[in-house]
Parts: sequence; C-alpha cells; structure tokens
Amino acid sequence: MGENDYQLTGAEIVFKALHEHDVEYIFGYPGGAVLPLYDQISKEKKIKHILVRHEQGAGHAAEGYARSSGKTGIALVTSGPGATNMVTALTDALMDSIPLVCITGQVPTHLIGTDAFQECDTTGITRPCTKHNWLVKDVNQLAETIHKAFHVANSGRPGPVLVDIPKDVQFQKGIYKSSKDVVVETYKPKVKAELSDIEKAIELIIKSKKPIIYSGGGVINAGVKASDTLTEFIRITNFPITSTLQGLGAFPGSDPQFLGMLGMHGTYEANNAMHECDLMINIGARFDDRITGRVDAFSPSSKKIHIDIDPSSINKIVKVDLAIVGDCLSVLSDMLTTLKNKHSDFCNSNKENISGWWKQINKWRDKKSLSYKKDDKLIMPQYAVERLYEITKNQDSYITTEVGQHQMWAAQFYKFNKPNRWMTSGGLGTMGFGLPAAIGTQVANPGKLVVDIAGEASILMNIQEMSTAVQYKLPVKIFILNNQWMGMVRQWQELLHGKNYSESYTEALPDFVKLAEAYGAVGIRATNPKELDDKILEMVDIDRPVIFDCLVKKDENCFPMIPSGKAHNEMILGPEDKEGITEEGKVLV
Amino acid sequence: MSKSAYEIDSNIDKIERYVIVAWVDNEAGVLARLSGLFSGRGYNIESLAVAQVDEERKISRITIATYGTEGVIKQIQAQVLKLVPVHKVNIYPINEKTIFRELALVKFLGTGDVLNKAEQLCVDNNFEFLDKTPKSFIVQALGRRTEVDEFIKKIKALGEVSISRTGALAMNKGAETVKDNKGKVL
Repeated sequence: MGENDYQLTGAEIVFKALHEHDVEYIFGYPGGAVLPLYDQISKEKKIKHILVRHEQGAGHAAEGYARSSGKTGIALVTSGPGATNMVTALTDALMDSIPLVCITGQVPTHLIGTDAFQECDTTGITRPCTKHNWLVKDVNQLAETIHKAFHVANSGRPGPVLVDIPKDVQFQKGIYKSSKDVVVETYKPKVKAELSDIEKAIELIIKSKKPIIYSGGGVINAGVKASDTLTEFIRITNFPITSTLQGLGAFPGSDPQFLGMLGMHGTYEANNAMHECDLMINIGARFDDRITGRVDAFSPSSKKIHIDIDPSSINKIVKVDLAIVGDCLSVLSDMLTTLKNKHSDFCNSNKENISGWWKQINKWRDKKSLSYKKDDKLIMPQYAVERLYEITKNQDSYITTEVGQHQMWAAQFYKFNKPNRWMTSGGLGTMGFGLPAAIGTQVANPGKLVVDIAGEASILMNIQEMSTAVQYKLPVKIFILNNQWMGMVRQWQELLHGKNYSESYTEALPDFVKLAEAYGAVGIRATNPKELDDKILEMVDIDRPVIFDCLVKKDENCFPMIPSGKAHNEMILGPEDKEGITEEGKVLV
Repeated sequence: MSKSAYEIDSNIDKIERYVIVAWVDNEAGVLARLSGLFSGRGYNIESLAVAQVDEERKISRITIATYGTEGVIKQIQAQVLKLVPVHKVNIYPINEKTIFRELALVKFLGTGDVLNKAEQLCVDNNFEFLDKTPKSFIVQALGRRTEVDEFIKKIKALGEVSISRTGALAMNKGAETVKDNKGKVL
C-alpha cells in the first residue's frame, strides 16, 4: 500500500471535517464550481442536503436552523452568482451574531484572476460581511481551514465565516487532519470575567434603588443555560427586565417582571424605566440605535454596567461605568454565586428596597401602551397576532418574521417564554428573511409548529422557497398580515414625510391562496375578525405548508414609537399623539 | 444621585494623532482586512507601513498613523483586535516615550545655484545623498514625521521634486516590549 491510499480528495476531506463537527444538514444549491462536492453529497449517508431555490434562501435557512437549534448553520453554494447571492445572508448573520459556515466553490486555481465564467472575488466581496474567510489553494490546508472556520464561527461573539474552495482543490488528493490537531493561535476571545469586576457590579446592584436589566441576543447565544441563569438572577434580585428584539425569550415574556421589549417600538414602561433608572445592566446587548433613541439623552442619571463578550461593543455608542468582558453565562453565574454566597441578606430584603421603583413602573404600565382600537369588521393586525399567540401558546411554537410593521407587532404581541423560539432579522432588517428562516427552523425542529409572521411585501422577496418547503414536506405556516402597503415605509411616510406615499403601495399582488396552491401548499384567507380563530385553528391543524392570507386594516400604524432623534421619555403613544418630530429626526434612519 | 456617564471631562474628546501597531499573520488579504475595516467604519489613515518582521513565525508588523478622539482610538484597537489574523494591537500616543521614524526619498531637479542651494539644505539636515547628477540628486530624509514634513516644505520651495515616503514607524523606548500569547517578543 502506497502513501496515496491514505489520501482523500478535497471533497472527501470537506465532508469528513463536517462529520467531525456533527453537521446534520446543509442548505445549498449546486453549480459548476461545486460539482465535486455535490458528487460527495450523493454518496453521503449522515448529512442531509436541503435544496433551496435561491442561494439567499440557503443563507437565511441556515440562520433559522442555527438560531432555533443553537448549532452552526451550514450553507453550500457555487462560485460567482452563488456567492454574491449569499452576501445578504452573511451580512444578516454578522449583524445578528449567528454562527454560519458557508462553503463556496471557486473556479480552478489556474483560472483565478482571469475573469473566468462564474468567477468573482468571493473572499474580497465577503471580507466585510464575515467574521473571517479563507480561500483554500492547497488541498492539504483544507481540513485545517474547515476546523478553524467552525472555531471562529462559534467562539466569542458568533458569526458567519466563509471557505472558498477552487474546483481543482475539490478534486485533488491530500492528507486529512483532525480538529484535535489544529491549534488556532490568534483568535482567543475572553470568556471569563475578572472577579473584581463581578464584585464591583454586585456593589452597584446592592446600592441601586431603581435598577433595570436590559438583556439582548448575547444571552440567547450563550445557550439555554444562560437564559435559565438570567431568570434565576431576576428572581433573586426582583429586578425589572426589558429585552431587545433579539433577546426575546431569554426571560419568560408572560412574566410580570418582564416589562416588554424596549426601544423604538418598545413599551412605555420599558423605555421610561430605561430613562429613569439609577442602574442599568446591559447583558449581551449592544446599545443599537433602535434601542437608544437620542444618545445624548439616553438614560441620563444611571450608572451603566455592560456585559458583553465582544470588547469592541463596549463604549462604542454609550459610555459605561463598568465594562465586563465575558460570556453571558459565565458572568451571570459568577454574579449569582457572589450574590448568594456573600449577600444573602440582600437577596431576602431587596423586594422591599425597590418597591417604590416597582410602584412607579406599574404606573407607567397602566398607560397600556400596546392597546389599540378594536374593530368588528376589520381584522386589526395586532389582534391577528394576539389571536395567533392565544391559539398557539400552549404548544412549543417557533416564530420567524420578515421585516416591517408585522415584525414589530409580532415582537409586541407574541410572548416568548423560552429562548431560541424567535428568529428575526434585527440588525440588517432583511425583508425576505422569514420564510427561508422558517424552513431552517422546521428542519431543526421536526414536529414543532413553525410560523413565519409576514407582510405581503416581504414575503414576495423569497417566495420561491415555498418550493423547498413543499419538496421536503416542511409544514411551515406563513401568516401574512396583508395590508397591501409596505406598512413601515407607509408609516414613516405618513409621520415623517408629509404623507407622501411614494411607491409604497403594491398595486398588483398575487392571489396568495392560489399562489399556495400553485406551489402545492394550502391557501387560507381570513377577511373578518369573526372567522379569524377558526381559520387559525384550521391552519395549525394542517400538516402541510400553508399560506395564510390575513387581510388586515390597511392604514394601521405601529405604536408606541420613539420617533428617530427623540429620547426614551418622548414616545408617541398613538395616532392622536404625533407632536414633536423634528427636522433633525427626519434625517435619521 | 449617581453621576452620569456623560458628565465626562471634555478633554477626552480632543482629537489627537496616534500610531497604531498591529502584529498580524502574514497571509493573503490581511492588509485588505485592516484597511477595509478603516474605510468601512470611517476611520482615518494618515500613513500605513507594513512588512514581514519574523520569517519563521510569518508575522508582519503593520503601523498605521491616524487621528481621532481617545474613544475612537480605543474603538479602533478593539475592532482591529477582533480580526482573526491579528495577534496584538498597541497604541502609541505621540509623546516622548516613543521613537517615531519616517523615511522619505526625495529627488530634486535643478542645476547650478538652485541645485547647490538644495544640496546645502540636505547637508544642514545631515541627510544622506543616494544619487547625484548635474541636473538632479536623490536624498534620503530620515526623522520624525514633522521633521520630514518641514524638510519637504523647504526643498519644494527651491524647485521641482519627486517624493516617496514610507509612513511612520513606532517603537517604545527602553527594555519594554510587546509579547505574543506565548510570551515571545514581537
């Protein structure tokens, strides 16, 4: 036996490496430059390939898979347009810290730089939208690169990585290296915080009379145990908690200590508590502009603690008094241990200490900022999400969304009691995210109810993935709040652009019921509130993909709202309350 | 009432010049990652000098002269350190604790009196001549950036010049060094 007998082809190396990382699913689309890898897929027994209908769909499906399972999402696409179509999904995953490994085919090494057919500078194009990327020109580096890719995607603040493999490298034979033999020299994020910082945080916690916890997606990313630890921390301290869009579900949404989401479309109580607090503890969030509103008026009299695994998040937008760099689970556990061991008296007495603060919060709560005018004849969009929640809350449901008003109503009215049940594009705000994300979520969670709460405009951006859902018998439900407008664009035009409804009305929409049927799925339409419950029940009972065309009131706006350029205590609560949008505010996004 | 995080001495927000040094794996695209980060996030690059400094470990030292508030510079450091091939990042404020050097090659074009005048300027500065003809010379100007700037301003006033500059290099004084994660001197 010669040395070559032990060698594998590049394509075999890729799959052997994927097995080492327990990959079960790949979302992909074949093409010329990845055919050797697809040869391998046809021989594959352990890894299942999900054929999407557009590469962007593969990316978002991998994101939905990753977010709902806590595992790494894998996408496989070809060179050129395959790679460029992935750019939106990679950027989306980067903004929302979702671990993805994207493998792209590349033209053979000797053709790189010649403007070959379906050639593009994939690593160049994706450099700013990945945590890291690699072009592998040597087959003997392939295994090591893939192991490194998994390491980078999952360590520290998670995110997308890309491995670009020229076609000749996929054919060549080389030596496999196990992940155990790979050392990553440079990328070593700090997970455990300094004990002295933990103690400083506890001191601030004990002194505080008006505390608030502001938690984010970092808690979700730190694993289910981090959410449990957060919940225990909230119970022990009796502190009020609010959450960012990405953090929903880390703490039970139906719990009285939860003030609802904060930020631009957050609740009155959450935003006012942020503004008036004397101690803010940011756990795994990043002071995004949708959260802070006007930065120079942001929570003016509070001490701020920021817990984040990414040191570059700290002091980026809001200067904090105490920065704790570390993994949310590790930091929360350390804080909890210190509290329990050294300050048991505080744990017993704190309910009393901050009772005045809770009284104030409950006054804000009495404003009922999420209330809306009920209607007998028209389905109010908020009502539709409320009914969907009431009907599905007792089964372990997974919700994805597109981007716009429906997304905010979903965040406001659907209550998440567990982490990893809520998949939405927050940072990048990618319309077209929800359906492929729902497909990835359903793949990861067979037998569970997966609903994409959608708008009629967003859904059309990746509607082709209906075919994928039908092919793999993934019974995802697309719940369209159909108001015939790009609702959030229309809302901004009404409130900020003098009712100049430029290009935000969709003149020619498809018949969504017929569209569902054309794809081989089921279409349901609800037109009035009386039939809504029955139709939702019908949808939930169907074990096939469904498009639910929910015709809602056309000009409803999403409130409450902090207009851009305004502070947390300057919210608009409803349609009668439109004062105070400034010229400076209009310039902001 | 606790003090707000915004009641900070406004001196902190002063824009100052800094030199940032990053030790990176010398691999394809690493410079593009760094320069792309600067352009993508709107940071400034005044000058940039890069070369491999350790053949065995394949480590390059990238030196970037930039300006910004202390907060921005710290943000740049954190962002650069996030890049996977980056080992260490160090910030050098412009002060007496650090040696700064920049090299310029200056080709001066001229004859007779003008040429002599320009040559004398170089001699006064102790700069080394690398090439001389009756119609031109090339001189190597070496010093702190401000010194090189001043020399260039003066020689430009005398006639036509062609200039090539390296950008700033920085190293701290004394026995102190920056070490990699294994404790080896970088």
